[in-house]
Amino acid sequence: MDRRKFLHNTGLALTATATGMLAAPRIGFAQAKPIRIGLMAPLSGVVAAGGKEIVEGFNMLWEEKGNAIAGRPVEVIVEDDAGNPDTALQKARRLVEQANVDFLFGNLLANTGLAVANYVKGNGVPYFIPVIAADDLTQRESVRNVIRVAGYTASQMPRPLADWALKQGYKRIATIAQDYTFGHEQCAGFAQVFTEGGGEIAGQLWNPLNTADFSPYIGQLASMNVDAVFAMELGADAARFMKQYSDFGLKGQIPLLGAQNFTDQSVIRTLGEECDGIVSSAHFAEGSDNPETQAFVKAYSAKYGKMPSLYGFSHYSGALWVGQVIEQLKGDISDREVFIDAVLKSELANSPLGRPVRFDDYGNPIYDVYIRKVVKNADGKYWNVPIETYPAVSQFWTYDPKEYLAKPPFSRENQGIQK
Amino acid sequence: MMRSATALALRSPLSFLALLAVIFGLLPLLVSSYQTSVANEILIFALLAMSIDVLAGYAGRTSLGHGAIFGISTYVVIYWTTLMGGSPWVGCILGIAAATLTAAVFALLAVRVSGVYFLLLTLALGMIVWGVCLRWTSVTGGENGIRGAGRPDVIADPIAFYYMTLATVLFFTLVIWRFVHSPFGLTLRGIRDSESRMRSLGYGTATHMFLAFTITGLFAGVAGALYALFNDFVSPSTVQLAQSVEGLLMAIIGGVGTLFGSFIGAAAIILLENFVSQYTARWPMVLGLMFICTMIFAPQGVLGALRKLMGWKQ
Amino acid sequence: MASLNLVQILNGLTFAALLFIVASGFTLIFGLLRIVNLAHGALYLFGGYVGYTVSGMSGSFALGILASMLAVACLGLFIDQGLLRFVRGFVLREVLLTLGVAFVLNDLALVIWGGDTFSVEVPAILRGAVHIGGTFYPKYRLFVLVLGIFTFIGLWLLLNRTRLGALIRAGVDDAEMVEAMGINIRRVFLATSMLGASLAGLGGTVGGAFLTLYPTADSEILVFSLAIVIIGGSGSLVGAAVGALLVGLLNTIGQVMFPELAYFVIFGPMAAILAFRPLGLFGRAT
Repeated sequence: MDRRKFLHNTGLALTATATGMLAAPRIGFAQAKPIRIGLMAPLSGVVAAGGKEIVEGFNMLWEEKGNAIAGRPVEVIVEDDAGNPDTALQKARRLVEQANVDFLFGNLLANTGLAVANYVKGNGVPYFIPVIAADDLTQRESVRNVIRVAGYTASQMPRPLADWALKQGYKRIATIAQDYTFGHEQCAGFAQVFTEGGGEIAGQLWNPLNTADFSPYIGQLASMNVDAVFAMELGADAARFMKQYSDFGLKGQIPLLGAQNFTDQSVIRTLGEECDGIVSSAHFAEGSDNPETQAFVKAYSAKYGKMPSLYGFSHYSGALWVGQVIEQLKGDISDREVFIDAVLKSELANSPLGRPVRFDDYGNPIYDVYIRKVVKNADGKYWNVPIETYPAVSQFWTYDPKEYLAKPPFSRENQGIQK
Repeated sequence: MMRSATALALRSPLSFLALLAVIFGLLPLLVSSYQTSVANEILIFALLAMSIDVLAGYAGRTSLGHGAIFGISTYVVIYWTTLMGGSPWVGCILGIAAATLTAAVFALLAVRVSGVYFLLLTLALGMIVWGVCLRWTSVTGGENGIRGAGRPDVIADPIAFYYMTLATVLFFTLVIWRFVHSPFGLTLRGIRDSESRMRSLGYGTATHMFLAFTITGLFAGVAGALYALFNDFVSPSTVQLAQSVEGLLMAIIGGVGTLFGSFIGAAAIILLENFVSQYTARWPMVLGLMFICTMIFAPQGVLGALRKLMGWKQ
Repeated sequence: MASLNLVQILNGLTFAALLFIVASGFTLIFGLLRIVNLAHGALYLFGGYVGYTVSGMSGSFALGILASMLAVACLGLFIDQGLLRFVRGFVLREVLLTLGVAFVLNDLALVIWGGDTFSVEVPAILRGAVHIGGTFYPKYRLFVLVLGIFTFIGLWLLLNRTRLGALIRAGVDDAEMVEAMGINIRRVFLATSMLGASLAGLGGTVGGAFLTLYPTADSEILVFSLAIVIIGGSGSLVGAAVGALLVGLLNTIGQVMFPELAYFVIFGPMAAILAFRPLGLFGRAT
């Protein structure tokens, strides 16, 4: 019992573990072996705020369940991946080889997820990735035991937004995105649908991660003479982009559309009116009037003092999903193949989304996707409110999966643009 | 008794190597597979730290660019085996060659400067390597990096790979020891102590520095190739500044100019990181405090302090 | 499309102004104390967070600036008197110690303020955009430009028209000589390191209002400052100004015209200068 348990809160972790080392805890159920879950999240480094929300969302579900499922106690072992793939690999090794976890969960940045996916490919340990969105993990290079419970592919979500933009009469759009695979893929999903519907992409800008000063890009966007701008930024870059877009007076002149992370709670909760009115698309909207969504948002806000972000929501739902499968298997997940099969065949019920979710044939969930707008709620806080719904959006949009997969993956150069 | 045994070990490389071989050789029998993988990492980083130590301890040049040189080798190995479908062994040779070549380019620029300017120049060069790896997406896979194709069958088993690492690292430790105690190494020390004196004695100090830097690049490249086989994955974080910083800290904690101290430094940092991160996510703070304390209290490192305490000579 | 226009040049200039504020403190410390303070970026970030908190609580931007300068000057004092005094004279130990301080300060900031992105609230008078040459330009960025120019003039007057400035300049050229003249150079050093740190704090609050504050903002600004000081030459105010202009404009031009080479544009010139003119464009051998 020499590892950190993050069941309650970080502050207690040290004391808890110190005691744990002396008296190996046998919580309650003497007869039932605990289910051990390894959760990896970036708790230090650039995306530490998102990492914290991963742990919060994940733990919230298990606490609601009384830290037990199907008669077996649940032990969550949290490791900090520091947002660094090398560290993530090391932690995954420790969780699997030393802590003997039953399965792995989490990670935030695509590169950490890809590194761990490569590791579990060799040993078959189930690995659940609610926010690792790299397209090919459920497309051209899928790994059977790497499953996107309550997750999504990068290019899946922006597609309905492109369709919506066409309906608004936007003809010419410029895109700006972070210059890495997640950005390339999200941007491509948008550009592909938008140009196939007759729209024109006036230009594509790629900014390096952590761009301190966006003004050079905003200067270019301003002179492109477009009907709208599509922005794919996350974290600090997103906040900075919105701020400077508004400082330069472009806000209100050129409508701003965003990928789902762009207006996520993790970004807009510290912002002011610069985020007001931005339209984005995602399967989750904390401002949805769906009673189950509202119940979740209320419970989360009461517990952590802030509205849930995509990170917290996805890990809550991911844990819920896997928990439902474990219940269905009556707590017996000793046969990994059976477990994985059961997960892939299962359907997420009673989630904060308020409607069931199932996988497509490639292990990626199919969602009803909202077009969302950032508005102020009754408490004066900004949140995303649905203004339109696209039902049953899969990662393949309206394409035939086989034909789609025969094409090369998206990159900075291949944006799926129809000329 | 104890003291003379340790003293002997420090003076004679063979006895120290034998000691290392016994300690590290027995480990897999005693500890879990995860702990073996930690030991494997320690060995790889000890070699990186030694490559930095050769420059810092024997040539008086502190480099913050060796992490990037190390990572270039890792990139080449993974690229060669995954995207070119080539043999991992050829990949390792290519990786080491690439690292050596990069080091030679660095060296050409860096031989003219010393002290803090050397540190800053190698830092800037390392940042360029990192920037290239991050932005040259078509080759490096950008931020997401490249996933490897698995180790060759002979060393697919972690234990077999561990012993291969051990043998390689011990071999290169001996090579490095011979290198710094060769006439060439003695000249380097002369340059460290007084560059002008060596120049007036007719030594080509620039040529010596160039060669020394390039050769240490080769050692870092070997470590990088092993790291490629170990992790089977590479991304820009392998070439980032933090890698160079940790390598340097390992060399310093062990004791600059002690060579074997690198093993102690690598073990100290990696074990501590493993230990600390079980309890708290505050590893960066602990690392920072370690840096501060080492600089204030033990700038000569563990072995250096021991040496001073016992009055040994180098 | 990728043409340079007035807006882009202003973007480069305003960014340069902020970089100058931060880098001038860095270069003073480097020039006089011979310390490459790798914690300078962390001081910037820390100052920004303090400015954010104080201006948020008091509602006054000016108070935020003042508090951040004061707080970071105290931090600078602590680093100098509490830590660096033990390794005085060992250049590499000093550098590596400040690197350790940077790690600690960053992580401390993460503990205190969390990892969310904050931006310092600016007074209403500086919000919005003004009309120049047919386009709109944010008032606040112009304010930063003016502030940068005032900082330059202020520092220039301080260095060239006051006794302290004369001592600092003399110290940059030959610290032993100044000491031999019976002047307590330690006090001059102390004043310089506090002044240098407070400039980082000022930069943090001013920069935090348009570049926002977030973990790793410190290392980004540090890298820019390093490039500026190396290009301009350590200890030279004019060098820092020229370096900041060069880096600020190069950064803007680079992002507009050669987006693929974004990192080369800064580090390429820096490496070239280090390799061929290690003392920088305006540096003098001592």
